[in-house]
Parts: sequence; C-alpha cells; structure tokens
Amino acid sequence: MTTLFAVLFYAATAVLVFGLAYKVTQYTRTPAPLKIPTMPAPLTKTGVAFRLAREVGLFESLFKSNKWLWIFAVAFHLGLLLVVLRHLRYFIEPVWTVVALIQPFGIYGGLAMLGGLVALLLRRLIVARVRYITAPSDILMLLLLIGIGVSGMAMKGAVHTDVIAVKAFFLGLMRFDIQPLPNDPVLFVHLGLVALLMIVFPFSKLLHAPGVFFSPTRNQVDDARDRRHLAPWAAQFEAGK
Amino acid sequence: MADFEVPVLNDIPKTPELAPGASAHLKPFVAAPAHQEALGFPGELVEDWHDKAIAKMGDLLGKYRSLQVYMDACVKCGACTDKCHYFLGTGDPKNMPVARQDLFRSVYRKHFTLGGKLFPQLVGAKDLTREMLDDWYSYFHQCSQCRRCSVFCPYGIDTAEVSMAAREVMDHIGLGQKYCNEIIGKVHKIGNNLGLPEPALADTLEGLAEDVKDETGHDVLFPLDVEGADVLLVTPSADFFAEPHVDGLIGYAKVFHQAGVSWTLSSKASEAANFAMFIGSYENMVRVARRIREAAIELKVKRIIFGECGHAWRVAYSFLNTLAGPWDFLDPRYPRPQHILEFTHDLIKRGGIKLDKSGNQGMVLTFHDSCNVARASRMGDMPGGQFGIPREVIAACVPKFVDMHPDTIGEKTFCCGGGGGLLTDDLMEIRVKGAQPRAEALKAVVEQEGVTHMAAICAICKSQFTKVLPKYGFEMDMIVSVHQLVSKAILLGNND
Repeated sequence: MTTLFAVLFYAATAVLVFGLAYKVTQYTRTPAPLKIPTMPAPLTKTGVAFRLAREVGLFESLFKSNKWLWIFAVAFHLGLLLVVLRHLRYFIEPVWTVVALIQPFGIYGGLAMLGGLVALLLRRLIVARVRYITAPSDILMLLLLIGIGVSGMAMKGAVHTDVIAVKAFFLGLMRFDIQPLPNDPVLFVHLGLVALLMIVFPFSKLLHAPGVFFSPTRNQVDDARDRRHLAPWAAQFEAGK
Repeated sequence: MADFEVPVLNDIPKTPELAPGASAHLKPFVAAPAHQEALGFPGELVEDWHDKAIAKMGDLLGKYRSLQVYMDACVKCGACTDKCHYFLGTGDPKNMPVARQDLFRSVYRKHFTLGGKLFPQLVGAKDLTREMLDDWYSYFHQCSQCRRCSVFCPYGIDTAEVSMAAREVMDHIGLGQKYCNEIIGKVHKIGNNLGLPEPALADTLEGLAEDVKDETGHDVLFPLDVEGADVLLVTPSADFFAEPHVDGLIGYAKVFHQAGVSWTLSSKASEAANFAMFIGSYENMVRVARRIREAAIELKVKRIIFGECGHAWRVAYSFLNTLAGPWDFLDPRYPRPQHILEFTHDLIKRGGIKLDKSGNQGMVLTFHDSCNVARASRMGDMPGGQFGIPREVIAACVPKFVDMHPDTIGEKTFCCGGGGGLLTDDLMEIRVKGAQPRAEALKAVVEQEGVTHMAAICAICKSQFTKVLPKYGFEMDMIVSVHQLVSKAILLGNND
C-alpha cells in the first residue's frame, strides 16, 4: 500500500503541476485582442490588482448575484483554505508558528467546508434552474470533496490514524525516501480521493481557480482611449491590409 | 410572425418557472447568399459544415483568451441563471446565460477536452449535430450581448463573447443572420446602416436646418462633409430621420452652435453603428471602423465626437483605438474619441451653454442606462462616469428626475431587449419578452413617482422601446433622446 500511494502521489503531483502549467501557458499565450473589462473597471494596474483580490478573496461578483450562494461558497472555500493551512504541518518540519496557531481553526474550517459543500449539493438538486445546468460531473465533484472532508473529519474525530507516521510518509515522499504509511482504510480513502482531486484538477471546472486571473473582463485596465491595445494576430492582419 | 402573449408586468419582479423550449421557435431570417458573400462568408450552409465549424472554433479559441478561459472556468454555480432579460421574459432554460454558453461549451468539451473525449456523458459533452446547430442559431440570436450576466459571474464569464464566437462560426459555415449581415453590407457599400446615400443625407440635413430656423429663428447649421471643421460627429443613422432620434441630432447641432464649435458630419462615415461587433467579426469590424479614420483624415478634423448610440460607443470607446488607431493626428487635449454627452456635460459645467428647465415643463424623467454604455464603456475621467454624466445632463434640463430600481440601472441595467443585432421584426416576440424586466421597472416609477418620460442614449434602445413599450401599455413617445431634452432646454443666441 505504501508503494502504491507513493506512486499515486508522485503521479498525481506530476499531473497537477504539468496539467496546470499547460493550461496557464495556454491562457498566457492566447491573446485578448480587444479591451473588454466589465465596466466600471479600474483605471490602473493597481486598481485591477485590487479588483482581482476582491474577486478571489471576497467573491465580490457572487455577492452581487445571490447572497445564499455567496454564503455557501464562502463557507466551502474559506473552510477549505483553513483545512489546507492546517494540513501544511504534514509537509514542513519544523512547523511554522502560523501553521501551529491555525490548527484549532482548521477543525472549524473542516466543518464549514462540509456544511458549504452539502448546501451547494442540495441547492444543485433542489433549485430547478441549477439542476437544469448540472452535469453528472458537477455532482461527482461535490461528492469527491465531501468524501475528502468526511474521511478527514472521521480520522480527526473517530478513527484516529498515526499522524506522526503520515507526516513521515509525506516528508519522505518529498525527499524520495519512502516511509511506511499506516495501514488504515479511512486514511487510504482520504488520500486516494485527494490524489484523484489533484488528477482531475487540470481537466475539469476546477480550472476556475487559475481562470479567474486570466479573465479579460476582470483583469483588464480601463484605458482603451489612452493606450492602443493590439494583439499580435491583429497587428498582422492590420499589416496585411 | 406568429401571435404570442405579451407578458404580464409584475409589481414585484419574479423569476419564472422553467419552460423548456418556450422560445426554441424564435430564430431570425437566414442571410441570403448576397448578404453573406459581401462580408466574405460562404453564401449558404457548406457541405462539410461540421468540420468547418469545429475548425473555426479551434481558430477562435486560439485567438480569444476570453473564449478559451470562459469555456474552462464555468463551475455551473448558477449565479447568472436569473440575470438574463430573455430568460426572465420567456422562462426558456436555454436563455439562462450558462445554458446558452453550454450550447457552445458542450461542443468544446467534445472536441477540445480530454474529459469530453473520454467521458462525454459524464461532463455533458455533445457533438455539433444539426439539432445542436439549430439550437445555436436560435439561442445565440436570443442574446443581446448586453453583458449583464458577466457582472454577476464570479469569473467574469461574458456570454457576449460566446455568442459573438458562435455567430462568427455560423457565418463561416454559411449560416448567417440576414438582419446584421445585410446591414453590414450596406455600411461597406454606402456608408450607413440605412443605405442612405449622400444626396438624401444632404437633403435631410438641409430640411432640419430649415425646421430649426422656423422654430427658433436661429441659423443652426447641420454641416456635411465640411473640410477643416474642428469636430467630426459620427452618429447612428437613425438620428437622421426617425423619432425620437432626430430630436437628439437637433440637440447636438444646437449645442455645437451655442458652443461656437465648428463641426461636420461625413457622408462616408455617416454611421456610428458597427454591427460587425454583433457577429464577432474582427475583420468586418476593422473595415467598418476604418471608414471613420478615413473620413477624419480627409476632412482634416481635430476631434471626433460620437452621438448617442450604445454599442457604437462601446466600439468607439473600447475598440476604436485598436481597430483603426492610433489617433495621434487628432488634438490630444480632448478624449479620442469623445462622447457627445461628455462634450455637453463639460459645457454645462463651464457655463458654456445655458439651459432653461421650463423648456421641458411638466416632464418627469427617468433614465435607461444602455447596456453597452453601462458595462462596456466609460464617459469622463472616473469609473462610472457613464452613469453620472447622462443623469447630470438630464437633471440640468428637466424639472424632475427619478431613477428606477437600483437592480435595474447602472451596472445592473437591463438591456432594452433589442440589442446585439436583434432589432428586427422577425424577432419581435423575443424583443417584446426581453423588454419585460425594463418595462416592470418603468411601470413602478410611472405609478409611484409620476414619471412621464424615459430617456435613452442608444439608437437601438430608442427604436426598440418606441416599438415595444406600447405592447405594455406605455405611450411610444415617452421615449426621448437625452439631447432632445437638451434641445428643448438650451437657450440659443447671446445669453450674456
């Protein structure tokens, strides 16, 4: 099992890193030929940085759209953030103070994350408009995340695992020195689902995470009258006239 | 045109129940071969349309970051599902922005993603069948590219970008829309959407000058092709003859007259509109935009000012520098280009023109923010100037101004229902239904605040409302141009 999971995590990491690098490169290389920020838009790059920060940190547009959806989404994402921060202790030695301090909040994070996910799933099933646009993969994605959350919380609350050994496993992975993973079914489920999440990331709607930074309606400066904006292919077209 | 039921206006706006297929039958007339070929597109649906369409999709995905990112980033959260006026007016789920995008996205997934190739059913990947193509033709012509959905999307996904791409793909396989493509052909050939040739235009302008002289006693000029004028005014051709547009044109002329600024119209660029944007054709957009550059150079003007037109102002403000710039031969002290409202607003603030509200006595105004001006452009120096400047000008001209519900104005404004190349009689049903959210907001201020008129700054909005609002029981002449109000309030002659 240890070898299997070691191979799985190397593979999942490679897929995640190279897959994301491919998509980010694709987004970077694809030009945005026209100025299309959703107005009113910031007039400076600093302004755009703030707009993106509000979008990523506060879900500004979602807040304008639907308050319940915003609450569910914030609960899930903020919860996930705390959970991820809490889990950093498995990958660093010595553990940074800030990660140590965040540990208790990670538990609340886990609860918020699960609450948000369940609410999002129910919304998807109950609201007719959202049900209409739902593909099986949308449900599976939520179930996958719920599975990760539930198995994680189970290990925290009920079926404890040997966290020292888990940490040794991951620190070992990072140094190419494989250490034994505790023989614990819930842990296997948890880690297996996490690896699956990493693998589907670059092929799925999880691309919204890098995508938002490349969205021309959000990342463009409102300066069309002052600065001529010309994509390479548009310049070629112009030269050919 | 089939008969249809005009929606009932609710006092409190509500989101409709889903009515699958409710507007599947709504599709515009297909462009004739002559309309298609004039724009460089195949005359009719080509034999290998499927492969050609997929190839064109690939081409566009490589050219437009917006399209590539928007195809990947949607999480189907549903934030946009109740935001489109066409969905609110029809209940057809394919008019929900995400579902409209999904018509394109499902084909994208099928042909351009690993998940779609391996597990099509799981991720909702579908091929471009004839049925799908029919859905494209129907529903991408039920999007007015107003960008309201993009305001609410957490990733800024703009359905306008997708519908433009879909129309570009359809044009390239020979399935174009008659209304847009015929009009773009007229602009290429004659210079304006109406196909109004130079002599007719000259005649019309002469008549307007006489009318104003009769009414006011002042020699207000309507110059055409005057070389060496300071300002080239580019305005939608509807301003040359239709009510209430023409009253706006008279307003611009009076403002120029009173400001003592020499100006001219151009018979070559006798149209501000650029319908090539609606069909997502960069090449045609450039061709239409370059007329304006050529006219400005030939007439040796120092400034370019655009008249009241929504998407034209989007193209002018956001795209003109890209499409036909650089504009370094124009006077850098003024915005290049400038909006007529920026010009008039500045004059009002500086006391360059004097206004008397009694010219619009008894009027209570509200203002319809045109979608393209609101969400795709700006006026003035500050973000949001496109909301403040028109309101300040209106308020300076009329006794009372009232805004509609905050969820229906500003960046959240509703499209009039006729934008994006839908202003054609063969789409009347969707136009009427798409106007429902605006009509509801208007009804509220009419009943509660005594609003008598609604001002707009877009030729499409004005034409659409004039035609459609009567179906909801409003008078057609309650729609006015902003410069029509200026025209009635401005004091001509020596005011010192």
